[in-house]
Order: sequence, then C-alpha cells, then structure tokens
Amino acid sequence: MKHLKATTFLIAAAFAGQALAQEAGGRLDIVVQPEPPGLMLGLVQNGPTQLVAGDIYEGLLRYTTDLEPEPGLAKSWDISEDGLTYTFHLNEGVKWHDGEPFTSADVVFSADVFLRETHARLRASLAYVDTITAPDDLTVVFKLKEPFGPFISVFEVGTMPMIPKHIYEGTDYATNEMNATPIGTGPFKFDKWEKGSFIHLVKNEDYYVDGLPHLDEVYYRVIPDAASRAVAFETGEVDVLPGGSVENWDVARLTEMDGVCSTGSGWEFFAPLAWMWLNNREGPTSDVRFRQAIMYAMDREFVRDVVWNGFGKIPTGPVASVTNFYSDGVTQYDYNPDKAKALLDEMGYDGETVRLLPLPYGETWQRWAEAVRQNLSEVGINVEIDSTDVAGWNEKTSQWDYDMAFTYLYQYGDPALGVSRNYTADRIQKGSPWNNVEGYENPELDAKWAAAAVMADPEARQDAYDEIQKEIVDDVPVAWLLELEFPTIYRCNVHDLVTTGIGLNDGIRNAWIEQ
Amino acid sequence: MAVLAPILGRLAKALITLLAIAVLNFFLIHAAPGDPAVVLAGEAGAADEQMIAQLRERFGLDQSFHVQLGSYVWNIVQLDFGYSFRQGAPVLDLILERLPATLILTLTAFVISLTLGIALGVAASARVGKASDSVLTTLALLFYATPLYWAALMAVLVFSVELGWLPGFGYETVGAGYSGLARIWDVIKHLILPASTLGLFFMAVYMRMTRASMLEVAQMDFVKTARAKGLSGPVIRRRHILRNAILPVVTLAGLQAGQLVGGAVLTETVFAWPGIGRLMFESLAARDYNTILGVFLVSAAMVIVFNILTDLVYRLVDPRIGARA
Repeated sequence: MKHLKATTFLIAAAFAGQALAQEAGGRLDIVVQPEPPGLMLGLVQNGPTQLVAGDIYEGLLRYTTDLEPEPGLAKSWDISEDGLTYTFHLNEGVKWHDGEPFTSADVVFSADVFLRETHARLRASLAYVDTITAPDDLTVVFKLKEPFGPFISVFEVGTMPMIPKHIYEGTDYATNEMNATPIGTGPFKFDKWEKGSFIHLVKNEDYYVDGLPHLDEVYYRVIPDAASRAVAFETGEVDVLPGGSVENWDVARLTEMDGVCSTGSGWEFFAPLAWMWLNNREGPTSDVRFRQAIMYAMDREFVRDVVWNGFGKIPTGPVASVTNFYSDGVTQYDYNPDKAKALLDEMGYDGETVRLLPLPYGETWQRWAEAVRQNLSEVGINVEIDSTDVAGWNEKTSQWDYDMAFTYLYQYGDPALGVSRNYTADRIQKGSPWNNVEGYENPELDAKWAAAAVMADPEARQDAYDEIQKEIVDDVPVAWLLELEFPTIYRCNVHDLVTTGIGLNDGIRNAWIEQ
Repeated sequence: MAVLAPILGRLAKALITLLAIAVLNFFLIHAAPGDPAVVLAGEAGAADEQMIAQLRERFGLDQSFHVQLGSYVWNIVQLDFGYSFRQGAPVLDLILERLPATLILTLTAFVISLTLGIALGVAASARVGKASDSVLTTLALLFYATPLYWAALMAVLVFSVELGWLPGFGYETVGAGYSGLARIWDVIKHLILPASTLGLFFMAVYMRMTRASMLEVAQMDFVKTARAKGLSGPVIRRRHILRNAILPVVTLAGLQAGQLVGGAVLTETVFAWPGIGRLMFESLAARDYNTILGVFLVSAAMVIVFNILTDLVYRLVDPRIGARA
C-alpha cells in the first residue's frame, strides 16, 4: 500500500513538462456507478455524470488541492480591486469536438443563457452578476453587482461547464438530439455508450494543450453490484475505483494488494460533510438542549474507525477543515454520555420516540444509523429507524417528514457556495433536500452570512466566518458527523490520475500508464 | 377453426387483462413515495423551486392525477410507450436495446434447465432408492435452496477470480473488437457463468418435479399393462410414463418462460449483464415512471403469451385436453 501524498509534486511535475517519463498511449478502465442518466453536463449534474462528462466538457478554471485557481480554458484572469469586475483571457486555438472554434461567445451563451436556465446551483451565484460581455473573441468580462467573495470558485467544470452555442442556441435544451452525443472541448471525445455496459471515450487529437492527453482511450464500466466491482478490480477488469464505488471493508482489503495505490486527494473542492438533520420545528429535536445532548452522546470516533475503516475526520462545525474560511475556535463536542444525560434531565425529556432516517446508500450508511441509534439509546433516547429507498428519502427530507435524517453535502470550496445554504432562513423551501431542511432560524446569523458573502477583503471574511462558526456550533442546528473521505483506488502503474482538488471529475488529461 | 376459436377467446380476455394490469401498475407506481423530479433534483446536489417546477412540467407531473392516468391509458391503447425524460430516449428504444441481452441469458438458462432437469429427473426415477438417486436429489435440494445472488458471487469468486477460467462480468470483452465467430465465442464464454447460475435453480425444480411425477405415473394400471405386454423398461419409461408425467413440468416451464423478460434481476446485477431486469430495477429506484411502466407491461404481455402457448403445448402432449374443451 502506498499513499499518494505528494500530489503537489505531481502537479509540479505535470506542468514542468517531462520531469517524469510520461508515456503516451494505453487504455484505462474506470468504474462508474450508478450508470449516469445522461452525459450532457449542463443539464445533469449528478455524481456519475460529472465523473464521465468531466473528460468531455471543460470549465474556464481548475483548482489545486489547496483550492487555488489555475488555468483551464482561460489562460489568465484579472480581478479588479473593488472585486466587481472579472476579466478572463481565453486560450487560443481551442476547438469543439466537431471542429468549430471555441470563442468568448460560447462563454457568454453558457453562463448567461444556457446555465442560467438549467443549473440551479450556478443560478444562485449568477444572482450576483450584473452583465457578462465579450469585448473580443478571446476575452470575457463578468461584472458583479456586489463583490461576491467566492465568485472565483464558480468556474469549475461541474459548476460552469462550457456549452457549445452553435449546437444549443435556440433549441429546446432538454430534448436536443445532440445530448446523446455530447460535444465539448475536453481532452477526450465521446465515442459510444452501450447502455448497461460501458461508455467509451477516445483521445481528442486536437486538444489545445500540446502532448495532452496521454491516454488513447477511456472506458467507464457500469458494474451495478458493489461486491462485483471489488472483484472486477481484483481480476484486472478495471484499473480505477473512484471514491465510494466499493464498500469500506473492501477498501481496506483491496489497498493491501500488491501494485495497488490509493489516494484521498481529489475531493478538497467538494469536501463532503456528513450530518444528521435535526428537525428544529417540532418534537424533542426542537429543543437546543436535546440537540446538544445528541452531539455529546455520539461516539463519532468509533464510527470513523470502525464503520468507515479509519477514513475521514471529525468535524468541528458546519465548515469542513479543507474548505476556505474554516475555524476551529468553537465549542468542542467530545463523546460524553454523562453530559448528554444531564442535558436531557434538564430539559425533562420524557422518552418520546424520535424517528431516524438513514441515507439509503448501502451497507456503510445502514450500519452508521445503527451505531447512532445505539449511542442515543445508551443515554436514554428512544430511536426508531425509518428505512426507505433513495426516492423515498428525497421525498421525506424535502417534505420535512422526519425527526433526524442522515445526509451529506458538498461545500464547493467556500462557505457562501456550499455551507450557508443549509442554515439561513431564506433557504427554508419545501421540495428540495439541498437547503435548510432542518428549519433553523436565526435572523442575527442570517445577516452575518449575507454580509460575509459580499466582503471583498479575505481577512475580513475570515473574521466574519470565525464569528458565525462560533455561534452556530452552540445552537447545533444539525448534528455534524464526519468529514467524509472517499479514497480513489488504482493500480500503481497509473500516474497523475488525481492532480487537482476536483479529482477525477476534472478530466484525466494528465493521467498516463507506465508500460 | 375448432382449434382457433378458444385461442381467439383467450386473446380477447388477454387484452382486457393487460389493460387492467397497466392501470393497476400506474396506481402502484404513483403510490410509492417520491417522483422522478424529486429524484433528479436530489441527485443534482442542488435544487431551487424553479428547477423542480421545470422538471415537473417536463414530466407532465404538474397535471392532475386523472389527466395523467387518462393520457397514459390512451397512449398504451395506441401502443405508444412514451418517452423517458430521465434517459432522454423513447421507452420502446430503451427496452429493445436491452431485450436481446436478457433473452440470450434467460433462454439459454431455460433450455439448459429444462433439458438437464427432465433428463436427470428421469434418470433419478429409474434408479429410485439407489445411491445415485440420493446424490441427485440431494444436489437438487442444495441448488434449490441456495440463494441466487450467493451462488452467483461464489461462481465469480471460484471460476473467475481463483481459477481465471471464465470472465465474470458483462456479455462480451469490452473494446476487444471481435467479429464473426470470435465474437460469438466471446459471448458464449461470458454467458456460461450467469446462465448456469440462473439455470441451476430451475434445473433443480424440474428435476424434482419430473422425478416425483414419473414415480407417481409408474404406479398406474396402464404401466402394468405395458409391462405385461412385455415392453422393455426404457420404452415404457419414454412412451408411457414420461408422456403422462410431463404435464406438470410443462405447466412450470410455462411459468418460467413468462419470466424470461423480467425475471433475472439478481443474476444481471451480479454479473453486470446489461439486461432488462436491471433497467427495471434502476428505473424503479429513479421513479422513471414511463420506463418502469413500459417494462412492466412488456413483462405482463410475455406472461400472458406464454400462458396461451403453454395451453397449446398441453394439447400437443395430451390430445385428450383439446378433445374435452
């Protein structure tokens, strides 16, 4: 087993040209699970779609594992001092996969027309944008209404993929026939999709970066059973298991095999944070003492070490430790059943049963729910597990029909993009599981979240977020469980597979196989 | 005409049954929590009201329940299975795309299990009480009792991982570019594990049923008569006993044949076989209403067709049935 910790070295090597003896050619087989519903990244943004379509489509920027922006389709950019004007200079000679040139008109169409209509997450950020203009073919200018701090983080391929204007302008996006044969600017072109079996991508010979990509072809393999996926890796059918494609006990087993490497890198931008929504509106969970008692009652380290086989980190609050503007200057909730019991006594908890909704994502999550139930029953809380399937989970959480519910959310590098949406009152909206589902209302904090989002000075933002984290952790609007780590498992002769904070979703243009 | 009349009657009944099944399916699928818009929004990792409203409008979920039901039934009557908005393709295309893989798998398993099952059942009944009979019946019991997914995983572990004899996943070597005979051989190699796993269970059932039925018929008077006439043992077994003992096996085979389209979900999942069972399961999880209703309807139609075929086979095997009707 060899952990790939030297990611920064690899990035440096990749950019220095031939520092490592990169070899061209070869084929890589990667598991994709579940099978994506579609590959048109502007229309579908679920995990499997991002994994495959990240090779086909590109964004203006990429982000290092420290979340610093680096060139993508834009070779350089300037931000005005007032934080209101973002100017991007595009790479020259970039072509769409059908041979048409990629220009600033495509950028304006993508951001201002297409994605504004189809991309809910980007739409929230675009609300801060006044105008998007193209002074010439290779320049794009975004003018903001307010200095929206995290704006530099929205140019990643999954957030703002570039869409070909010549194919989509004036059409019905959802039913455009070209959705089946996606056209992007990325290092690999779509070749074939045999439903239920595989998606085949081939090298883009006209890619604008000389010498990239190294691989000739990539197969994304659909293998629906988790145990079968582990076996497929063992037998050499597949070379790469993206994070989360096998159960945790198989991760431990597979990474001990000869010639197998793993890395936890490539998730820094997403920073998936798991928690339990605690229904703040009614029942025992509406009492802050009950919610604090839950935090003290849970042995989170046990879950990390046993259920997650040691992968992950115990969070201190709503912001993950790898996300920008994290602060650990908050109340620490250690495992302390006595304190939990005292809090329950103080509030006069009468043993009312609370329902716990696990996340229906496989064995690991089921066992996690059982561990939490056991911890809570040890301090006298009666828990009833309320199991359902994915559609049922979505329905129950988005209609607020639960007492405690497992979930995890991506943070997208910045609290204003991926954190505040779960805690401010304006995001209490039925019908979606990706907002303030717990119903936490704190007008004072709402004002602070809003102010922190539009500060131009990073130091001032850090101070504001320090304060927010300190206050919200005492309220326990949700029970923070674990900063998830999804190791990517691959054969050691595959190099430079994960080179950015977006990981495999960022396109594997740098990956090469040592023959 | 005497043969055709009852079939026409059955066909008319079958169409009414099919329509009733379609309506029932529609109620069932809408009774499950969640809908395709909620699932898609959930998967996107971000959603606002505008997105949910757009999705509902596209899926036709913004209309009242009876309007949705009415347009569904009207489409079905016109043999229009609708469009899968989730997958961006007509449902009929999705089903036809997956149908060949499933049929190859289930038909192979069907033929293997039926021929081997009957042959072994006859053999066991001829040696009733002897050691070879005990071995066969014990094996059959074992195959019958083993959960399918466990047997499948064990088959992969033994023959694919440990011994490396056979491929464990998919229906052909991905990207090998075989054609002609090489391709057929490749598919056959991929077919062996899933088809035998799926076939073992039914083989056990056919074997036990054939054996029991053979033994029962062997006690009858006409068998004694045949023996008294001086016919040899094998001839009696083949022409007198088997012919009469096969009817319950035909009934069961008819039931299995009805499941040819949708009955291999577990096998398809473990062996990553790109069949229709998986399409059904995944569409159900995603609440892809049109696709799931389409697969259900095709499956129901298959069951009805094979029930009718089974009736016809009855008449062939035992002409008295036709005469009585």
